Amino acid sequence: MALIQGRFLDNIGRVYGIYTGGFIAFIILMAILEQLGVGANTIGILFVAFTIAIYALIGWLSRTMEVDAYYVAGRQVPAVYNGMATAADWMSGASFVALAGGVYFGGYGYMAFIIGWTGGYVLVNSLMAPYLRKFGCYTVPDYIGTRYGGNLARFCAVIVLVVASFTYVTAQINATGTIAARALHIPFSVGVWFGLLGILLCSMLGGMRAVTWTQVAQYIVLIIAYLVPVIWMSNVQGFGIIPHFTYGEAASTMAQLEAQYGLNQPAEPIAGLSVLTTPHTGPFGELAEWKFVTLALVMMCGTASLPHILMRYFTTPSVRSARRSVAWSLLFIFLLYFTAPALATLTKLQLLDPSLPTAIIGKSFDEVASLAWIQNWQSVGFLAIADQNADGILQLNEFFMRPDIVVLATPEIAGLPYVISGLVAAGGMAAAMSTADGLLLAIANALSHDLYYKMIDPKADTSIRLIVARVLLVGIGALAALIASLQLTGILGAVAWAFCFAASGLFFPLVLGVWWSRANRQGAIAGMIAGFVAGSAYLYYVYTGGTPILGLDDLRFGIVGMAASLVAMVVVTLLTPAPDEEIQRMVEDTRVPVGPPILAAKH
Amino acid sequence: MSAESTTTDVRDRYWQKTRNLTILVLALWVFFALIIPTLVGSLNNVTFLGFPLGFYMIAQGSLIAFVVLIWFQNWRQDSIDDEFGFGEEE
Repeated sequence: MALIQGRFLDNIGRVYGIYTGGFIAFIILMAILEQLGVGANTIGILFVAFTIAIYALIGWLSRTMEVDAYYVAGRQVPAVYNGMATAADWMSGASFVALAGGVYFGGYGYMAFIIGWTGGYVLVNSLMAPYLRKFGCYTVPDYIGTRYGGNLARFCAVIVLVVASFTYVTAQINATGTIAARALHIPFSVGVWFGLLGILLCSMLGGMRAVTWTQVAQYIVLIIAYLVPVIWMSNVQGFGIIPHFTYGEAASTMAQLEAQYGLNQPAEPIAGLSVLTTPHTGPFGELAEWKFVTLALVMMCGTASLPHILMRYFTTPSVRSARRSVAWSLLFIFLLYFTAPALATLTKLQLLDPSLPTAIIGKSFDEVASLAWIQNWQSVGFLAIADQNADGILQLNEFFMRPDIVVLATPEIAGLPYVISGLVAAGGMAAAMSTADGLLLAIANALSHDLYYKMIDPKADTSIRLIVARVLLVGIGALAALIASLQLTGILGAVAWAFCFAASGLFFPLVLGVWWSRANRQGAIAGMIAGFVAGSAYLYYVYTGGTPILGLDDLRFGIVGMAASLVAMVVVTLLTPAPDEEIQRMVEDTRVPVGPPILAAKH
Repeated sequence: MSAESTTTDVRDRYWQKTRNLTILVLALWVFFALIIPTLVGSLNNVTFLGFPLGFYMIAQGSLIAFVVLIWFQNWRQDSIDDEFGFGEEE
């Protein structure tokens, strides 16, 4: 283990430098192979297989049988690298694969996700991360259980964590399935299991330590894969190599093109596929501003309560480095998120702007139907064109696409070489795998540490605890893959639910645990139960066809849950006695960044 | 004055400063995350770098503000920590 311990940490910059150089060399090699006539399919397979093999190697090198290493990577991850790992943990299949597609089809309204998923880090930094790090816990329920005391509080936190993370992880495995299906030319249902295998290779042997170092590697792959096509496309369209500050004109042109083609509903909708009906640059429809703000708010509070993110900040050496690594995380995340609207805008322009050779809207139907990329995606059922008004011309409302393929299809749409498509597939795979790793680990750790070790068998010895953790990891992964293969909801939908569940049940108990020393056990339990039950009940009501109240649909049910949680927690706390002196002192200690952690190092 | 109460006093003043900083950061956060989106319609009438300003703020402006806000907070918090002797050597 010397390789991955002391020596590794001393040389970490060099190790990842070599890795990045190696990856770029691999991309160049693939480009050369493509020029030599190697088929597109082979290149796609090589990209996905090569990157997964690297992650698996890192996972194997980081194997461990130590509790501290398994749960919190030995608490020695430097801030910058923890920032990268958090960014990969955070940017899921939804961010990488589906977000730009959501902006493409949902227009302005979907950008609430972008605000929510970045602004949430301000909450993480100011309300949560430094204090939870000072506490010295292994898992989020560990914090709830110790701060409020008692197994019931711990158990409630475990339930909320499992529901939120499980909803999320099925979406990630769904994303790996989608990408594997396209890149490796295998059926979706097989792709899902293939994805799970890759995920488990990264996390099973080394727990948090293995996941940390693979996530850093995955971040490097995913950010390169996201930026390269955008930069390329922007260069071709004449917006320069850094499009972020120059695509303003494209955004303005969009409004004119939308007016020219008309944003109409399709004559005959096709199930599972979307047409463009919402404007790109501004709010649209009833309660648009309110809907935007509520979605952004619930995503932000969800960010600050999702355990797989919070537990990343348990791995840093100190409180200060926990804070610093939140700042790095947001910077690394920001790189992708402020690119997503640019990607959506430029891709949309590729298809809509008649002055570009790649435009398809307004072209003759037969011409479009013969394009290779249309046929490729049509053959897997992710895209359709239908001449519903029979005029022989493809109208905007006759072009149907699954929103979550926009990013994957962009290189082909823009006519980029296939090596870029392969790169994007590898990046999407990295994004989905890294998040799935973090989530599966969060669930398995909560169940093994909080449920098994703390509640069922406190005398269990280390090796048993770590074996239980791994068995749970495999079992939960298999269950998630099984559910993902049923394809219940789109990638972005399931992700939003996870945030709503986490915000409903955990946000106020976590925040008030730090910021309100009067908050007591009864209040926290009431807050978790009321929030979670109210949120779930409201989700059930809306999902089964109930009319959303004030525009709060199934993506925003967390608002209802959070309101219930806050009221219940405050009222019940005030009606019951204040927590004892020991707990109050514990809260005081949490607020001071120096000194020993509240919980013993090995607990 | 006993050592115990001095520590409590220092802690209280430390916490007060930390809390004030947090409130300031959260107020700025509310502005960029929650107020700006309600103004997008009117901001879109202004052009910035060729973008409709409202769209720009949501696609980039607020994001940049969040990044700056966190770095600013950490810089301030570090100096508060150091002032009270709570800064950690790394």
